[in-house]
Amino acid sequence: MSKKIRLVARLDVKNENLVKGIQLEGLRKLGNPNDFAKQYYLDGIDEIIYIDIVASLYNRNNLSSIVQQTVKDVYIPVCVGGGIRNIEDVRAILSAGADKVAINTATIKNPKLITEVAETFGSQCMVLSIQAKKSRSQTGIWEAYYDNGRAHSGYDVVEWAKKGVELGAGEILLMSVDNEGLQHGMDIELINKVTKSVNVPVICGGGVGCSTDIANAANAGADAIACASVLHYKKSTIKQLKSELLKEGVEVRIQ
Amino acid sequence: MKKTVIIDYGLSNLLSVEHAFNHFGVDAIITNEPRKVYQAEALVLPGVGAFDDGMKGLKKLGLLEPLNAAVANGVPLLGICLGMQMLFEQSEEFGLHEGLGFIPGKVVRIPEYDTAGNLQKVPHISWNPLLPAENKIDFSDTVLEKVRPGQEAYFIHSYEAKPSFLQNRLADTIYGGRRICAVATNGNVIGTQFHPEKSGEVGLAIINSFIERYC
Repeated sequence: MSKKIRLVARLDVKNENLVKGIQLEGLRKLGNPNDFAKQYYLDGIDEIIYIDIVASLYNRNNLSSIVQQTVKDVYIPVCVGGGIRNIEDVRAILSAGADKVAINTATIKNPKLITEVAETFGSQCMVLSIQAKKSRSQTGIWEAYYDNGRAHSGYDVVEWAKKGVELGAGEILLMSVDNEGLQHGMDIELINKVTKSVNVPVICGGGVGCSTDIANAANAGADAIACASVLHYKKSTIKQLKSELLKEGVEVRIQ
Repeated sequence: MKKTVIIDYGLSNLLSVEHAFNHFGVDAIITNEPRKVYQAEALVLPGVGAFDDGMKGLKKLGLLEPLNAAVANGVPLLGICLGMQMLFEQSEEFGLHEGLGFIPGKVVRIPEYDTAGNLQKVPHISWNPLLPAENKIDFSDTVLEKVRPGQEAYFIHSYEAKPSFLQNRLADTIYGGRRICAVATNGNVIGTQFHPEKSGEVGLAIINSFIERYC
């Protein structure tokens, strides 16, 4: 059975600006996130993810007004993350128009939050966000980070993903911090391990530079691919990526 | 223009549904008041989350009677996702629960294995094609008339509706090698398992048809 993947645009936001860094450092301002989201929608992206990347440091998510604006003319799923700490934060961001929430830091501090969100809003709404960094001492091991890649959790990524699904996560957003922003390909071994360990869809991100990177991740088991730099810096377009993917035998939605 | 009402029972992202109707010039009323549901000339029942929570929400707000009355009077009703599933008689999500019973059939968990015997992912989260049900050749003269068979819509669900009769099945999609009911109808009651308000141009075309036919 041939597999079909979703292409997701990941927009990191800091103080109302779309930003992008490398390995989550050295952020560059790129413009108004709504303009980017609208263009990606028109170009055929399958989903949008907004992450307020400084929110967990400041204990607040600033994205409500951006999301409200986006959903006025972007008719595809919108996932929002960054600084979401409790059920009330989830409710606020959903009522601004988001369909699902991606939570990292708060789930590490309080894993029960995963169950609470899933029970209140449905597991399809609870996306467990995992920032994975390769262990320096052991091969084939990744550690989950939080506070935008700054803090160690001590959790093994594969075990944490399994635990998150047990607790009620309906989807996983898996990002390789090591590969993030470099556009030199994704962490295929990580994708392979996590997607084989859980029975929910996994959105994989970190390192997409071209359609071959996406095809490799799809073949390793990714259900959706998060793209950022490759789109933001106009190295490629969604149409181009999708038509190349079809040639490489990866099924995607064509408008 | 008829009075179009979107039912708010506390369990959904209503904003996108509202925008989609606005997009075609329909100023829909969002409400949880029984009185306004009684007055509605077209109804939308959106929804995400668990079946029992949805039914309890409707019950608690006193919306079951006005919904029953509306459907008995032929008022068109569009159910979306959980809203579609609640149109059926029964669901087995977290125990057996009674639904609205507007379409004969029940709601069951998506099978754990695909037809090749491999574990498949649940929830089903994907853009997948809309295909005419097995007794139909196309979508002409239906709410899907602007959709070309094979065009894709956005699905996100762990349970699926099983209409008792093929005649209540308008469109299917395929997941794990099996047909899943994508659109069910019974008279003026229509349910979409996918989210038309999140399915780009295809979804907007369906909402446009619903408006042209009913609003």
